[in-house]
Amino acid sequence: MLIQTVVNGLIQSGFYALAAIGLVLVFGVMRVVNFAHGELVMIGAYTIWFVHAQNGVPYLITVVLAILLVTALGLLMERFLFRPMTGDPLGGLICSIGMLFILQVIATYVGGEGPSKQVPPPFEGTLILLDSVRIPYQRLFSIAVVIVALGILWYFLTRTKFGWAVRAVSMDREAAALQGISTIRVSMIAIGVGAAMAGLAGALMAPLTNINPHMGHNVIIAAFIVTIVGGVGSLPGAVIASVLYALFHTFVTTYFSGTIATISGLVIMVLVLIVRPTGIMGHRVSE
Amino acid sequence: MNSLIPAKFRPVLFLLLLYAVLIVLPHFLKYHQQDFLIFLTINILVVVSYRLVTLTGEWSLIHAVMMGVGAYTSALISKNFDISFWITLPLAGVMAGLVALLLSYPLFRMTQFYFLIGSFAAGEAIRLTWIQFIKPFGGTGGTSAIPSPELMNIDFLEPIPYFYLVLIVVSICVYLLYRIENSRIGLTLHAVHWKGVLAESVGVNTWNYRTLAFVIGSLFVGIAGALKVHYIGTVAPKQFDIGFMVFILIWVIVGGYRTFYGAIIGAVVLSVLDEILRGVEQLRPAIYGATLIFFILYLPGGLESLPQKIRQKFWANRESAT
Repeated sequence: MLIQTVVNGLIQSGFYALAAIGLVLVFGVMRVVNFAHGELVMIGAYTIWFVHAQNGVPYLITVVLAILLVTALGLLMERFLFRPMTGDPLGGLICSIGMLFILQVIATYVGGEGPSKQVPPPFEGTLILLDSVRIPYQRLFSIAVVIVALGILWYFLTRTKFGWAVRAVSMDREAAALQGISTIRVSMIAIGVGAAMAGLAGALMAPLTNINPHMGHNVIIAAFIVTIVGGVGSLPGAVIASVLYALFHTFVTTYFSGTIATISGLVIMVLVLIVRPTGIMGHRVSE
Repeated sequence: MNSLIPAKFRPVLFLLLLYAVLIVLPHFLKYHQQDFLIFLTINILVVVSYRLVTLTGEWSLIHAVMMGVGAYTSALISKNFDISFWITLPLAGVMAGLVALLLSYPLFRMTQFYFLIGSFAAGEAIRLTWIQFIKPFGGTGGTSAIPSPELMNIDFLEPIPYFYLVLIVVSICVYLLYRIENSRIGLTLHAVHWKGVLAESVGVNTWNYRTLAFVIGSLFVGIAGALKVHYIGTVAPKQFDIGFMVFILIWVIVGGYRTFYGAIIGAVVLSVLDEILRGVEQLRPAIYGATLIFFILYLPGGLESLPQKIRQKFWANRESAT
């Protein structure tokens, strides 16, 4: 039971990390809290349901499709909502709330009202370790993909010129602009990468959870908690916080209930905001 | 024609006319339209009290939950202890104010982005508590069979008497909020928003004033919450979720947050629009979302800035023509 819970928690942490990274990237570079980020994950999951489960396109192809679709959506949001709102964090936030409603309605139209959708796992079977720990292959596949994706992202951010530019802009937008970095292009990269991660998270989650137009709500709450606890603007912090929070959430859910787990998560987040607003790994965000 | 009535009396006359219409109007409406009028009146108190909170420049995301705190307080006390609505109504306000006071200690250590997220988190935690603890709150389904007010032989289950009750309470509250905004306190709140550092340097304790605005705003929205649930008869966590909070934001932004009446205009116009959209239930959130985006991008001053904008355009054209 104990080991099983740890394993479940670790697998859950992968999804949190993917979802939170987009939020951190967009906030870091553009200073906008994207409330519609959870809905990007939802759209990713819906793509799998609609294209794969309903229309029989192979799972792996649909995953790529979901990533492309959600990335395009993210880029559109950057161009038509966040770019005109540069320098007005509240305006950007409100735009993203408007977008959240629109995406939910689109999902309702595509999927119809009614009960949550289920996607049968493309990878059947379960790996059994030590007689008692059961890991469905679907989850194993997801966690492997998450690790690879995070690895690529880490390489991209620390070893490529674009990655340096992204980090430079998130540290100091003006100074980066003075160095000749195009902040608009960096914003597009940030939201593109963030949305791609969200789409991937949704696509991986789809066979493991209930799909409905409001699933983004839980995603965004988890992403907020992870972002704050990890330190706003810190990607390693977000990943570490994802692991910690997922373990915590899974344990409390297993032994008490899911609602209590979320309440305690929110309380922890408020406490972190009071005691150490910079989180585990964060640095002060310049005003 | 304008010169017939001295400028001083015009607002008074307008208010008299407005109240005359409001008193007569419900008698000519259908049942569900009377419902609509009651909720609209309550929502006016919601946006006006939210305006007080936003005066200091911090947009909280906890106002809807504060409304719920008042609603639950009044509903549970009047139901479980058999205490009259007339006592639980002010209690609802006091409770919401107290909770706001408690929350102000952690929340006002944050500003801007952090405050926004912090207030959202605190509100969500309170709302999930209502879901989690079935005793006394009633869980996801909430609590029903909330007693309606009793006064002489008036039947407050009927919409028209209840509408008059709501009209009186909301009028008093809105008047008080209006006086607060135009008092020394209100002016200081403006100063805290626009010139925070300067205000501090002349001895204004900005923390205290932010707390004051938050507590008073929550107090009044708590009363609004009580008014609402005693009419519906049910109180549930869903009524005060982030969705409703977003509606409050939309009303204030679409109406305009620069003047006192902007938010009221927003609430009225959008609620009427909402009534018209009743046929296309599914599409409603998307239309709301698109409206919100449109206003924030193209008309950030809200509806109340529209006449001025048109006038400016008109004058600009005239001037360029001559």
